[in-house]
Amino acid sequence: MRPNLPIAKIAQPQPGELALSGAWTAFGIVGSEPPLPTPLPAAAGALRIDAVGIAGLDSAGAWVLETFLDRLRAAGGSVEIHDLRPEFGRLLDSARQRLEVSAANPTPPAAPVLSPAAAVGQGSVAALEQGRALLAFVGETALALAACLAHPGRIRWRPILFNIRSAGVDALPIVGLLSFLLGIVVAYQGADQLRQYGANIFVADLVGLSMLREFAPLMTAIIIAGRSGSAYAAQIGSMAVSEEIDAMRTLGLVPQEILVLPKLLALVLVLPLLTVFADVLGVLGGMLMAHARLDVGYAEFLERFLKAVSLTALLTGLGKAPVFAMIIVVIGCFQGFRTVGGADSVGRQTTRSVVHSIFLVIVADALFSVAFSALDL
Amino acid sequence: MPCFQLPSVHWIFEVEAPAVIEISGLTTRFGEHVVHAGIELAVRRGEIFALVGGSGSGKSTLLREMILLQQPDAGTIKVLGVSLENISDPEALALRRRWGVMFQHGGLFGALTVSENIGLPLREHSRLADHLIDEIAAWKLAMTGLPPEVGRMYPAELSGGMLKRASLARALALDPELLFLDEPTAGLDPQSADEVDQLVLELRELFGLSVVIITHDLDLLWQVADRVGVLGSGRVQGIAAMSELADSTNPEIRKYFDGPRGRAAQAQDVRLAEAGAAWKTR
Repeated sequence: MRPNLPIAKIAQPQPGELALSGAWTAFGIVGSEPPLPTPLPAAAGALRIDAVGIAGLDSAGAWVLETFLDRLRAAGGSVEIHDLRPEFGRLLDSARQRLEVSAANPTPPAAPVLSPAAAVGQGSVAALEQGRALLAFVGETALALAACLAHPGRIRWRPILFNIRSAGVDALPIVGLLSFLLGIVVAYQGADQLRQYGANIFVADLVGLSMLREFAPLMTAIIIAGRSGSAYAAQIGSMAVSEEIDAMRTLGLVPQEILVLPKLLALVLVLPLLTVFADVLGVLGGMLMAHARLDVGYAEFLERFLKAVSLTALLTGLGKAPVFAMIIVVIGCFQGFRTVGGADSVGRQTTRSVVHSIFLVIVADALFSVAFSALDL
Repeated sequence: MPCFQLPSVHWIFEVEAPAVIEISGLTTRFGEHVVHAGIELAVRRGEIFALVGGSGSGKSTLLREMILLQQPDAGTIKVLGVSLENISDPEALALRRRWGVMFQHGGLFGALTVSENIGLPLREHSRLADHLIDEIAAWKLAMTGLPPEVGRMYPAELSGGMLKRASLARALALDPELLFLDEPTAGLDPQSADEVDQLVLELRELFGLSVVIITHDLDLLWQVADRVGVLGSGRVQGIAAMSELADSTNPEIRKYFDGPRGRAAQAQDVRLAEAGAAWKTR
């Protein structure tokens, strides 16, 4: 950009003559073309264009100039350019040729926007296709798992241990803190209602059952879906982009066995443990809150807790965790494997993995609730 | 052959600088590892200059330093008459608009279509109307020999050769005075590589470009480059036309010509030259 160059101008010193000046460049032209002088040159008769004032010409300028000349010619009458600097001639010729070519073969129109019905149809087909691919992926993973269990020597312990640390141990602080806060929230919300009926002690039932049966497993799964599920998708996605997955296949390695199974085994083991941790800290939070707001002593709280909460409540909560773990790993890895193209796609698949796995975890939780109530657990 | 034709485009006010790039005493270190130990280099206006050297000889680092992506440890670089040392942000922006860079892997933005990629510099920096930008992008695309349908595709859908051309079209968006090409023919089939060679020559004719190419492609060196600079051991081992370099006795340069590929490319050049001479005398 040369700020010192004047912008492109078209002047009309006398009727039948146009004088062009300034920088006919991408930076010297504002909008579609320089403002035309008024009154417009007469349509008929010879038009003389004085180009001596053109200080700079680039392809944007050449394009604008040629389209301008084209319009003048189309309006009738002859157009003559005078005193164009010879070094600009070649670019102008090139623009002229291009204009002729593009006039002869107009650019094909952009793909039409889909009608709403067609968009719904295409969306459904894409969703079905994705569902089928997910099913195939689950099948392949199950086969890889079966092969590994048949030959336990093939189980890769080192990545399993690594995943236990990264998805489990490293997640302890965040899982612990959030369930502790959740315990406080539950007790706090219940406190007013219970006090109205003088049923302060039942805060132990409220906190214990809700944390153990629902909140701890669900919260832990959601945190891990956001924390580890996204990491799985991003890792596998960037490997797919850099052709590492293809390399594994050509080397006769099964990507599922190397990339999915260690994550699956690690998370199925670790998520129930994290849930127990969340149970403990959630109840602890509730207990502190009960003491502060409802004057329920710690000993009283624990005594009531033992009576109110059966082993079944704990186990129904813990039983869901391995299922949630499978959902998180399978969805995260599946979305990672579906990455095609570049960095953009990795980001999209990662987002998708988190949204889908949280969605499916909550759906599974709802199904569990229905099933448990039908079974009277 | 060096070619000193005047640029057909741009800026007749400007006094023609003899060199578009001047580098002196350039030193770069990565920790203990010295990449450049006093590089002296000048690229003349209007020429096609190729930079060669073995892997790890610092070609790419030198390119990054020339296009303001990296700072050297010592020495000066002047590009288009502007010193890159302590350059202010507005100056850097003005300079960046005067050059175009084609990256080895294209560097096209995956979220945009090819035509949006090409139009992006114009859209960002100029005040041209949108329909004009689209038309100019389509023209630049056609200049690089790509069919118009490619404009609507995304970079991920393109083949390697198309990607390079699309990237070249984007580098040309602002009609640069200086074009940097990083490995323009790497990974292309021989025919596509030949087409890229021709394209570079044609574009130089049309825009009066100065071109800096980093390459390993011996055919490109013989057919396209006016002068070739050989980097080795942190220094410029020689700068000359390919035919002169071929007679050099410097062992660092000989490596380039003594392999079977080097000899084949040279023989090819001789054959083409003879064919050209025969054509002229006929």
